[in-house]
Amino acid sequence: MTSGTPARPRPEPGGERVVLDAGDIARATTRIAHEIIERNLGSSDVVLLGIPTRGAFLARRLGERVLRADERDVPLDTLVGTLDITLHRDDLRRRPVRAIEPTTVPAGGIDDKVVVLVDDVLYSGRTVRAALDAVSDLGRPRRVQLAVLVDRGHRELPIRADFVGKNLPTSASEHVSVRLSELDDVDEVAIGKGGDR
Amino acid sequence: MRHLLSAHDLSREEAVLILDTAAAMAATQQREMKKLPPLRGKTVVNLFFEDSTRTRISFEAAAKRLSADVINFSAKGSSVSKGESLKDTAQTLQAMGADAVVIRHAASGAPHRLATSGWIDAPVINAGDGKHQHPTQALLDAYTMRRHLRGEDAIGSDLAGFRVLVVGDVLHSRVARSNVDLLHTLGAHVTLVAPPTLLPVGVGTWPCEVSYDLDAAVAARPDAIMMLRVQRERMSSAGGGFFPSPQEYSRKYGLDGARLRALGPDALVMHPGPMNRGLEISAEAADSAQAVILEQVTNGVAVRMAVLYLLLAGADDRAGVSTPELVKDSV
Repeated sequence: MTSGTPARPRPEPGGERVVLDAGDIARATTRIAHEIIERNLGSSDVVLLGIPTRGAFLARRLGERVLRADERDVPLDTLVGTLDITLHRDDLRRRPVRAIEPTTVPAGGIDDKVVVLVDDVLYSGRTVRAALDAVSDLGRPRRVQLAVLVDRGHRELPIRADFVGKNLPTSASEHVSVRLSELDDVDEVAIGKGGDR
Repeated sequence: MRHLLSAHDLSREEAVLILDTAAAMAATQQREMKKLPPLRGKTVVNLFFEDSTRTRISFEAAAKRLSADVINFSAKGSSVSKGESLKDTAQTLQAMGADAVVIRHAASGAPHRLATSGWIDAPVINAGDGKHQHPTQALLDAYTMRRHLRGEDAIGSDLAGFRVLVVGDVLHSRVARSNVDLLHTLGAHVTLVAPPTLLPVGVGTWPCEVSYDLDAAVAARPDAIMMLRVQRERMSSAGGGFFPSPQEYSRKYGLDGARLRALGPDALVMHPGPMNRGLEISAEAADSAQAVILEQVTNGVAVRMAVLYLLLAGADDRAGVSTPELVKDSV
């Protein structure tokens, strides 16, 4: 599933500044999980859909914490899925063709559920717009919410997150790298020079 | 990959990418909402100089599921029947703004001519040319085999180690040629089984084995058996006299109940359609639980969606548009 996404390289020291370490990411994830339960009065109607690649791993981490905090003993797959948005992107024609990642939805579907979209970085908002289109192809949720680990600003569409791990003021000439241990051997968020990659 | 002209042109990596993309497309076709947006505003022309219902509607369904507009152009009742040349037809399509041309032609090499002549800029997809190639058929056959033989581990895998029989009229079959090329690229071991009269000159140089004895080939327990259609016009002496009688062909090279049982229950039974029931395949074999013939049709739509997506959805680098490397960052 992640074959097309190489681990994010760690540049030589000095080129980057780590803004969230593993402990920060764990605490932010735990807090968001509790906020999701609080906002939705429990988690029985909630479906977490992670946007590949790193959003999908974040969604699984959030799902584990939601089930623990809400004291539910059900398989993770009944709560968490992944949502590929490639076919709905607005920049398909501006880049080389992209590989398509799998979409998996919990067996109960998303009709009349609260769908929480999960991604690593919220930036222009275009990924989320594509995700909203992709969700409406899958069904009609009662409500859609958005959880991100990092909101770095610079929105190009009227979109905001419901749950944010950390607001990170950045310049457009910087890039934000989220590394997760499932792919990159380390949990951290770093800011570096060089603009959006 | 600019065009899809021949299964022979595909590298292992390209073939696996197409099959993986087809798997993603097939998953979207399980949903209530089957239409996807990536080819919105693109026009796909189906240019069919030879009769074909299945392949044409399969391409048409694939293009429409991806939101492309489809123009069907068949030679019958068109300007071609008034004597228009391939060049003039192509330039007319170019002038109308076709973004891709799916072509079937009775002459081997017509798609290649269209792609390389400079008459038209659009990607060209070969939907069958003469006795030469039918690459999307080979891709859908490979997809069907991979799905059944690899199961859960299908994504990213090839067909290394699998043994496939291709049985029947190899001489006139573009399906056989395309399958030998693609299955070899994907690492499968192919054995062609046919009477000597229905094998082409030079078949010894193909990357496969050749046998005249279906019973011996079946006894070796292949993983899949693909029956080729026998074209009825080949049977009479007027059509070339390739075999003495349909009955004799059926007895020596047809897939009947006894051979089906000799294959064992795990071997896939495949046929590109349309079938001649009772000639190359018995009703018992065609309707058996191990037959995946209808699934091949379903998979054909997903594979053609994948090909259209991969050729048409990305940036158009012909026009010199800058193409940053493929990145999956959230933007």
